[in-house]
Amino acid sequence: MLRYILNRLVGLVVVMFIVATIVFVILRITPGDPAAVMLGPQATQQDIAALRTQLGLDQSILTQYVTWLGHLARGDLGQSIFLNKPVLTVLADRAEPTFWLTLMSLAIATAIALPVGILSAVKRGTALDQSVQGFSMFTSSVPSFWLGLLLMEFFSVKLGWLPVAGYGGPGASIGERLSHLILPAVVLGLVNSALITRFIRASMLDVLRDDYVRTARAKGLTETRVILRHGVRNALIPILTVLGLTAALLVSGAVVTETVFGLPGVGSLVVSAVLRRDYPVIQGALLVIAAIYVLINLVIDLLYLLVDPRVRY
Amino acid sequence: MHDTMQTQSERDVVLSVQGLKTWFHSRDGVAKSVDGVTFDLARGETLAIVGESGSGKSVTSLSIMGLLAKPAGRIEAGKILLRDRKGQEHDLAQASAATMRRIRGAEIAMIFQEPMTSLNPLYTVGDQIAEAIVQHEGGTKAAALRRAQALLERVEIPAAARRVNEYPHQMSGGMRQRVMIALALACNPSVLIADEPTTALDVTVQAQILDLLRRLQAESGMSILFVTHNLGVVAEIAHRVVVMYAGRVVEDAGVNDLFDRPTHPYTQGLLSCIPTAALLASRQRLAPIPGNVPSVTALPAGCTFAPRCPLASAQCTAAVPELIPVRPAHHARCIKVLASADAEVSHA
Amino acid sequence: MAIASSPSVVSGSSSDRWQILRLLVTRKTVLISLIVLIVLVGAAALAPWIAPFDPYKLSIMNRLKAPGSLHWFGTDDFGRDVFSRVIYGGRLSLTVGFMVVVLSSALGILLGLVAGFFRGADKVVSRLIDAMMAFPDILLAISLVAALGPSLSNVIIALGIVYAPRLARIVRASTLVIRELPFVEAARALGVPTRRIVTVHVLRNLMSPLLVQGTFTFAYAILAEAGLSFLGVGVSPDIPTWGTMINGGQQYMGTADWIMVFPGIAIVLAVMSLQLVGDGLRDVLDPRLRKEL
Repeated sequence: MLRYILNRLVGLVVVMFIVATIVFVILRITPGDPAAVMLGPQATQQDIAALRTQLGLDQSILTQYVTWLGHLARGDLGQSIFLNKPVLTVLADRAEPTFWLTLMSLAIATAIALPVGILSAVKRGTALDQSVQGFSMFTSSVPSFWLGLLLMEFFSVKLGWLPVAGYGGPGASIGERLSHLILPAVVLGLVNSALITRFIRASMLDVLRDDYVRTARAKGLTETRVILRHGVRNALIPILTVLGLTAALLVSGAVVTETVFGLPGVGSLVVSAVLRRDYPVIQGALLVIAAIYVLINLVIDLLYLLVDPRVRY
Repeated sequence: MHDTMQTQSERDVVLSVQGLKTWFHSRDGVAKSVDGVTFDLARGETLAIVGESGSGKSVTSLSIMGLLAKPAGRIEAGKILLRDRKGQEHDLAQASAATMRRIRGAEIAMIFQEPMTSLNPLYTVGDQIAEAIVQHEGGTKAAALRRAQALLERVEIPAAARRVNEYPHQMSGGMRQRVMIALALACNPSVLIADEPTTALDVTVQAQILDLLRRLQAESGMSILFVTHNLGVVAEIAHRVVVMYAGRVVEDAGVNDLFDRPTHPYTQGLLSCIPTAALLASRQRLAPIPGNVPSVTALPAGCTFAPRCPLASAQCTAAVPELIPVRPAHHARCIKVLASADAEVSHA
Repeated sequence: MAIASSPSVVSGSSSDRWQILRLLVTRKTVLISLIVLIVLVGAAALAPWIAPFDPYKLSIMNRLKAPGSLHWFGTDDFGRDVFSRVIYGGRLSLTVGFMVVVLSSALGILLGLVAGFFRGADKVVSRLIDAMMAFPDILLAISLVAALGPSLSNVIIALGIVYAPRLARIVRASTLVIRELPFVEAARALGVPTRRIVTVHVLRNLMSPLLVQGTFTFAYAILAEAGLSFLGVGVSPDIPTWGTMINGGQQYMGTADWIMVFPGIAIVLAVMSLQLVGDGLRDVLDPRLRKEL
């Protein structure tokens, strides 16, 4: 078991290393002079030269790479060009809305997917199953931003039940914050529930075919017990993997959803950074988000230890 | 044809299958896996159902347990009469889902072919046995676990106290099959259906399991319905044998009778496929039965064995032969035995 | 994201074709989806001939007209006919989607083959794939487009890179399996150069998973491009793609909904049909899943 954990940790370090390299590479493949691009057509030659020195762009690629890794090791993600604050601070400031949004959407997506997926597997082939699959298909085909706009128009503008945008001012109550998060969380959760539903259904179907389910029935257990204790419990294991994947989708989706609903989170930060060409911020955000995703998967791998005795012994 | 079990009182029949037909409906047609099967199982007796793959023997046992894959599989006709421990008679073919659930595990138990996958990997062995006990007889889990441990000892699993808290993947195939047997015996059923329980095991382990089953039967008077394709196993464990081919019983007899005087051409063919010392000495070739088992969706008319039978004639394909008594407690579904049978019966 | 299954090592693409035909006949949803797709693609291809108006033509007098008999989908804030713009938008969005499939397949096959063949390269490529899949799709796409500069071709390149790793994984798995097949070992023992044999075999077996994965990638690419364009980090806003149109229609939410609604419906139709067809293909072409039918 210890070996399992160690393996995962080593894998994590390696992947993060490669991630850092990829981030480095991506922002260096800009055709032309990055500094000039960052400052825009209005900049003077002096400004461009100054920025180049500041960012260390005048040194060789290898030196830049090494310096970059050195900074990362110290937790220094650089300085935002537009906000004049350390990137890490900027990210920390904007982390909260994204965190709650992702958590709430995951909860909503799972709350939808779990009963729906199990039901459609148990009632396989019936009209219920087919309509569920159809609904799933539909929700995963809808662009989240479009759905967000439509819901916003209906609930916020026409009905006025929920606030239109934003996150509430500083010091806003939890209730107010929640009211800002509900619509985006519903949108994100709904659109991403399809994957989980499909996975749960497939996993349940697989498990229901397994021999030990037949044994459970042969023992004379009630059908409910068979499905819950023997079916679902076993089906949940691979579903842990899907949750990991979905977390990534949700972070992705957060980018768009935050922009639509004006939430001051990391997602909308990335978008504005891209539009403003604030490269240090883009780099920092990419790294942090990738790190979070890799960590989530590590946690899920560790959860497998808890859930599956075959891994433990 | 008998309708109730009263006439069997001399034999104390516990399970009586009469004219069972189980068909599978699919887009490609109707598969008549079991097409009119009749046999009786007496108390304390081991009845072996022998046949190749596709003969319908497994489907028969699943039909009795009510474990057919819905919605495709259905009992089309026939009765499955069970006398429970209170002496009450039930027709399992017509029983409600709730009744079946009460009967499964408590009156009739089943063990399956693949011990490696038949136990839930997420629960301990003790938990799974205790689950059955609590379901049928109530009581606390602690008491059930104690009984589970006793059961593990009964099936000769060493260090039962430790094993009861172990997970299936920590045990070998043979041991898992013993656990399955313990599980089946948990509520003292009067009938045990064993569907090829030794097929996936090594030969030495196979012998141990058969020994175990014989001993358990002697101790409790339990009846065993043993489904297999292995005639060697049949010789070891069965009192009576039913031979199935393409969904029908083609011969039923006592075990000694079957091996000494096989009557149906199919049975004779099966027996001649087994290498024996005599055969070896005579340096003759093994004689396999020519042809293939017919597909269950396209059964030949009349006698289903006719296309492969050395004795076949035009009469054979005209109509499905009846089960003809050849001698006491020995029937064969073949019109060719009539001539010799008449002679024998008149002598008896 | 659809989890593509491991490739079937069963050959026989001609029987696959029969299966596909049988699928179309028996599953009505797949048939309908295919028809919808053909209509969309056809409309896109024939855009210059069927669009009733010039999608770029400004007409301030006609701005913000509700859908009616003349302008079926109404007009936008510049008086441009929304229906024509949706058709032309389809042209661009569908082309982008298709090109992304082509690019990601090419990259994925290349990476996968290299990883499958060369043990040394495999270690690097596998980790590379893992790392690339550590980034959420949109983020990676946004960064790539940010780096390369916003344009239609850069969006295609970016998305092609984003979706390549998934395919590379499948190709790699397939290559590894086929390499160890007995007939390859036999050929190797005879001194026959095995690389070409394995490549040909791998590619033949890849037809089915590629087709299935390609349909889904097409769907995701359409959604991704729309998202990028909506955010303003993809295609430039004056080019009519479905995404830019929704972006443009945002401010008229509540007053001129039609600008935003119709492109969205088009996206849903295209993506849903693609996914349904992909599902159907997968059911038919993956023998493991055939049981579930």
